[in-house]
Amino acid sequence: MAKKSLFTSMKHAVKSLRIGMISVAIGSAFVASNVSAQELGWPEKEELKFGFIKLTDMAPLAVAYEKGYFEEEGLYVTLEAQANWKVLLDRVIDGQLDGAHMLAGQPLGATIGYGTKADIITAFSMDLNGNAITVSNDIWKQMKKHVPHEGGKPVHPIKADALKHVVDDFKSKGKPFKMGMVFPVSTHNYELRYWLAAGGIHPGYYAPHKGDTSGQISADALLSVTPPPQMPATMEAGTIYGYCVGEPWNQQAVFKGIGVPVITDYEIWKNNPEKVFGVSKTWAEKNPNTHIRVVKAMIRAAMWLDENNNANRPEAVKILSKSQYVGADYDVIANSMTGTFEYEKGDKRQVPDFNVFFRYHATYPFYSDAIWYLTQMRRWGQIAEPKSDDWYKEIAKKVYRPDIYALAAKALVKDGKAKISDFPEFATETGFKPPQKGFIDNIVYDGSQPNAYLDKFAIGLKSDSKL
Amino acid sequence: MNKQQTVPSIVNQVKNVQWPSFNTILSTAGLPIVGIVIFLGLWSMMAKNIDTSLGQFPGPAAVWQQANVLVDEHNAQMDKADKFYQRQDERNAARVAKDPTYQPKIRAFTGAPTFFEQIWTSLYTVMVGFVVASLIAIPVGIMCGLSKNAYTAINPLIQLFKPVSPLAWLPLVTMVVSAVYVSTDPMFSKSFITSAVTVALCCLWPTLINTAVGVSSIDKDLLNVSKVLRLNALSHVTTIVLPSSIPAIFTGLRLSLGIGWMVLIAAEMLAQNPGLGKFVWDEFQNGSSESLARIMVAVLTIGLIGFILDRLMLTVQRKVSWDKTAVLR
Repeated sequence: MAKKSLFTSMKHAVKSLRIGMISVAIGSAFVASNVSAQELGWPEKEELKFGFIKLTDMAPLAVAYEKGYFEEEGLYVTLEAQANWKVLLDRVIDGQLDGAHMLAGQPLGATIGYGTKADIITAFSMDLNGNAITVSNDIWKQMKKHVPHEGGKPVHPIKADALKHVVDDFKSKGKPFKMGMVFPVSTHNYELRYWLAAGGIHPGYYAPHKGDTSGQISADALLSVTPPPQMPATMEAGTIYGYCVGEPWNQQAVFKGIGVPVITDYEIWKNNPEKVFGVSKTWAEKNPNTHIRVVKAMIRAAMWLDENNNANRPEAVKILSKSQYVGADYDVIANSMTGTFEYEKGDKRQVPDFNVFFRYHATYPFYSDAIWYLTQMRRWGQIAEPKSDDWYKEIAKKVYRPDIYALAAKALVKDGKAKISDFPEFATETGFKPPQKGFIDNIVYDGSQPNAYLDKFAIGLKSDSKL
Repeated sequence: MNKQQTVPSIVNQVKNVQWPSFNTILSTAGLPIVGIVIFLGLWSMMAKNIDTSLGQFPGPAAVWQQANVLVDEHNAQMDKADKFYQRQDERNAARVAKDPTYQPKIRAFTGAPTFFEQIWTSLYTVMVGFVVASLIAIPVGIMCGLSKNAYTAINPLIQLFKPVSPLAWLPLVTMVVSAVYVSTDPMFSKSFITSAVTVALCCLWPTLINTAVGVSSIDKDLLNVSKVLRLNALSHVTTIVLPSSIPAIFTGLRLSLGIGWMVLIAAEMLAQNPGLGKFVWDEFQNGSSESLARIMVAVLTIGLIGFILDRLMLTVQRKVSWDKTAVLR
């Protein structure tokens, strides 16, 4: 009797479990196919851990946490600072982190197998601009002689032509000219290289097929990796003469009196895409609703950051100056986050778009942005072989996922948290920005023709050249 | 016995207590105070003259102030945690109302760990590493002490690995832990395992060596007693070997714990285990004008905890040591 009842109850349990599973399967299929019309499903994973590097452009994560946007999506997020970009990427790949604040080049580099090979995708671009190039006081003194002045102040943007005299001087004395950037596939590496090359200084090639990943083949300036927060200290120690890094580490150099920022990346390429929010592809496939909800919360945070002409920035700076986030002094962070930028000490200028989080569709993952990074990887030899235009587009579509972004944006509109006019026209958006001007060397970038773009540069590998 | 009788007897006892002379008070309590005062004076004088790029080196006053700030931050974070749980309850209730099949669960607070929580993580990590190391080192040490051959076989390995710095072990341990410790719902985080294993690897040796020495130098008479009584191997170890080598084992354990605590800070810095080492590293990275003072608070805390751990071990050592006349310090 007892046995029988146990048996039947077990059978019952199995049956109800099966029904439950079927309904879950139907439900998730439904959600996946028809999210825009249907209410977004509950998150599959509620407790999440996201990594970040101590830089002001991690702000959307901190704001989404502190303002409760993650919690409103039913997500319980822990934010954790990581030691460097490599550790951060490895921890996303092996699943210790659910997602992270990443360099735009990291998901692309990982997908094409430059460095650690892994499928990483992104559905959210975290910001535009926000970096600068700083040189030590000593180098600035030598450079300044060659910088045109107007009214006693240097004329910006300062081109690398001024630095070339210094580099040539170093070369003639047989001394290596060393500079720091934060990661081989970092925005900063490509921006620094772009600026140097535009001024006639060769930043060196990579040759991964020959086992050379130093990036210093035929280089005039030797670039090496230093984690962002250590940049000022490394330059102070004399190991490098200058660096390209995100904020607050350029303003930190001004405050410490150890260096002078010479150019912002806004002046190298107006409104260049910067960090992205990256997750592993398997994670995204396992947790589609969670992923959409994360993107929703971060879009809200980005909107908050740019609202009313940067009105919330002082509050954001206060959040970022907490020791668990960026942790630098309020004044240092505020110097660049509130629409200004201090070059030489006392030379504070208006750069209202130094940090852009939402304006100009900053959060939308454009394919053309991905392709620009791929062209730079090709230009400096990280991609050793010639590739077709289609290859560039295929990789961009594999890594950049505007489809997920669109689902999140539509859900926000449905919740009444955003207007559809805040976003690109999803039905017609191709993901390719029209040909972009606004580069320091006046070369026009058209994302639909990467190989033709590569052929325009005087320094760098051409579309068909090989080392 | 009633109260009226006991009170005078206590008073008598108190009267009969030998109060320490003025000199002993001066030398046991006074001299350390003098030392500390001189140290604080020198510290604040030196601090004023050291200018770093993060501002002046923090003196005692700045450090004291940051210690208070850390306490305030801890309290603020506790308030935030309370509110977090409250919001979570409300959200769970709302979801159950909407979706009755949902099993509400309470998730731990997601805020950053405070300084005091980080101290706790560090203590916990070092204890796990230390216990693991002791569980290996004491049996192996006894084996080496009992058998000359075992000792000769293992000695070269001990000498080879003993001087290896934790920083050299760490990359290896990190990679091995990531490869071996794979589970979908891990009980411990990898950074914790990495730090604990590194601590264990480094604090294995003093216990091992001291145990071996202690065991091998047992009084011949005691060994003969064991032979006469024809004790089997197990009772030989438990009744003769262990009791007589306890002082040596504890000397080793004390050294090991000291080394473990020192190693832990370095391991946490690199493995990013959320303890005191990570606190120091994060503050260094922050580079704010308060960072140095906060690191100094951590330095003093690390020292103080190391001191307390050592005293605790000493107390235990005195308790278990059969030779109460031995001078232990």
